[in-house]
Amino acid sequence: MTRSVAMPAGGREGEGLGRPLQPGVDTSNGQILYLDDITVSFDGFRALNKLTLTIGVGELRCVIGPNGAGKTTMMDVITGKTRPDSGTAFFGQTLDLSRYREAEIAQLGIGRKFQKPTVFEAMTVGENLELALAGDKSVWASLRARLDGAQRDRIDALLVLIRLQDERRRLAGRLSHGQKQWLEIGMLLAQEPKLLLLDEPVAGMTDAETDKTAELLLSLRGKHSLMVVEHDMAFIASIAERVTVLAEGAVLAEGSLAQVQADERVAEVYLGR
Amino acid sequence: MPQPISLRLAAVLGPRLGTCVCVATLLALLAMPALHLWTAESSALHVSAYSLTLVGKILCYAIVALALDLVWGYTGLLSLGHGLFFALGGYGMGMYLMRSIGRDGNYQSALPDFMVFLDWKTLPWFWRGSEHFAWALFLAAAVPGLLALVFGWLAFRSRIKGVYFSIMTQALTYAAMLLFFRNETGFGGNNGFTDFKRILGYGIAAPGTRAALFALTVLLLGAALLASRCLVNSRFGRLLTAIRDAESRLMFCGYDPLYFKLAIWVFSAVLCGLAGALYVPQAGIINPGEMAPANSIEIAIWVAVGGRATLIGPVLGAVLVNAAKSGFTMAFPDYWLFFLGFLFIAVTVLLPRGLMGIFNAGKGER
Repeated sequence: MTRSVAMPAGGREGEGLGRPLQPGVDTSNGQILYLDDITVSFDGFRALNKLTLTIGVGELRCVIGPNGAGKTTMMDVITGKTRPDSGTAFFGQTLDLSRYREAEIAQLGIGRKFQKPTVFEAMTVGENLELALAGDKSVWASLRARLDGAQRDRIDALLVLIRLQDERRRLAGRLSHGQKQWLEIGMLLAQEPKLLLLDEPVAGMTDAETDKTAELLLSLRGKHSLMVVEHDMAFIASIAERVTVLAEGAVLAEGSLAQVQADERVAEVYLGR
Repeated sequence: MPQPISLRLAAVLGPRLGTCVCVATLLALLAMPALHLWTAESSALHVSAYSLTLVGKILCYAIVALALDLVWGYTGLLSLGHGLFFALGGYGMGMYLMRSIGRDGNYQSALPDFMVFLDWKTLPWFWRGSEHFAWALFLAAAVPGLLALVFGWLAFRSRIKGVYFSIMTQALTYAAMLLFFRNETGFGGNNGFTDFKRILGYGIAAPGTRAALFALTVLLLGAALLASRCLVNSRFGRLLTAIRDAESRLMFCGYDPLYFKLAIWVFSAVLCGLAGALYVPQAGIINPGEMAPANSIEIAIWVAVGGRATLIGPVLGAVLVNAAKSGFTMAFPDYWLFFLGFLFIAVTVLLPRGLMGIFNAGKGER
């Protein structure tokens, strides 16, 4: 395997000093994310226990599992918030995620939506999207930043996609819960990520909002790779191709929704039999 | 039907009313030194040297309050050590003022009096060049800036936030105060610097000097307000509020908060240093008392009283609290701290958004 894609010079040196990180992600073998044998312990408790998982390019993967199965910890490892005790996380074939800080990982092309919708409440919907737009994210650039026509069009298109075109000038803090969830997804898309991690994207949404979200995620499939963590099984059923079941920090089962639902061990961890 | 003039004025000025009031106030302030110089002392319009110096000092405080607003109000970093940056700027200028005394001190030595008293024969190395005004001005900005850079780098890199950050800034100013209290440190110990004679060859208490220092203070305040407004209205400013409200969201948007915090933190410290450099020639003294933790807490009170994240609010807060202080300490010297405490509680309970909250009520709706 040759390293056809240039690595940025040193993950740690010179970060944030005006040089946008724009290395390509080598996905020539069809995988965008490799988690290999990852273990994370907190005070002796193994949140992740030799977790191995891969996500294909353009795939929409659903991850389910009981509370404490390690779903959020897995996202923390991928986004650089938590460092694994052992094991490796690769983005594409060449980018070792443990060598980058959170902001750099975001710039490499991994977007994350939090469990609790998190937007910049004191800013308008439009300003929220503007900040998230892909581009030079250094201090110097931010002092001189002006929106150009292409960026305006991009924001317009995103607003339509997340159904907030009439709320552009509204303060994000005044949106409904479901609208905040959408805005956060819109901010993720504004980053133009290659991989999206969505932690409970339909929590607190009405049924109608949940349906629209399912529609939105399905439309993203193929253009982006997605990993969706959710508890809402009806929602999972509406979007799932491949489902991974986590339990006690490791993969318990993987396959179509019907396959994992038929799996005895899955029923066991869910029902505690 | 003709509209009343006031309505028409309001329609024209409406959105820019705040700016107009600011500019008018700054112009009125610039008239004060003129009135001091060119009106007779018996005139009703005469501004006394005492008033001019008092207002000048308060305007220096206002700049410090503005600087704290940038880091606390906008970025969410409550510094309880901003008095240190102010004092360091003051010491930078103070070194020049001490050297300018020349041989006119009590001991008629080329060395500052306190060094003669300590039986020092030569200037310490860090006093080299301090006879030059430009170097002193550079020190007044660079030393607070450099200290802020190092402290900020360590604190922000270790992701120290909230009350822990506040406590560390408080400890920093306290430690610096203890250091400056020592005679061996080379800054005049607990007496600090005083008995200045001249600045750039002009008598320090001459009416023209006072007027010029005052005008410079007004100009610095105006420039600081303008620069701060540009900063907070830029994308940079929105990123600061984003750090305040949802720092991890910002990180996962691809921004490294470290550099944004560091930039505004250092800018704020430099602003404090410059304010201190203008304060010392007007106050005529600088000593380690300026680094006392209580002073820094008082700065935070000015900002809270005026209203965080409003720029004008903290300026207003600094002016009102200090005006009240100078009035109150003359009338009831023993009760000032009680009054200050009461004021802080009253504002926190009744006006959580400060005085500017009254003007801005309802503006949050968009």
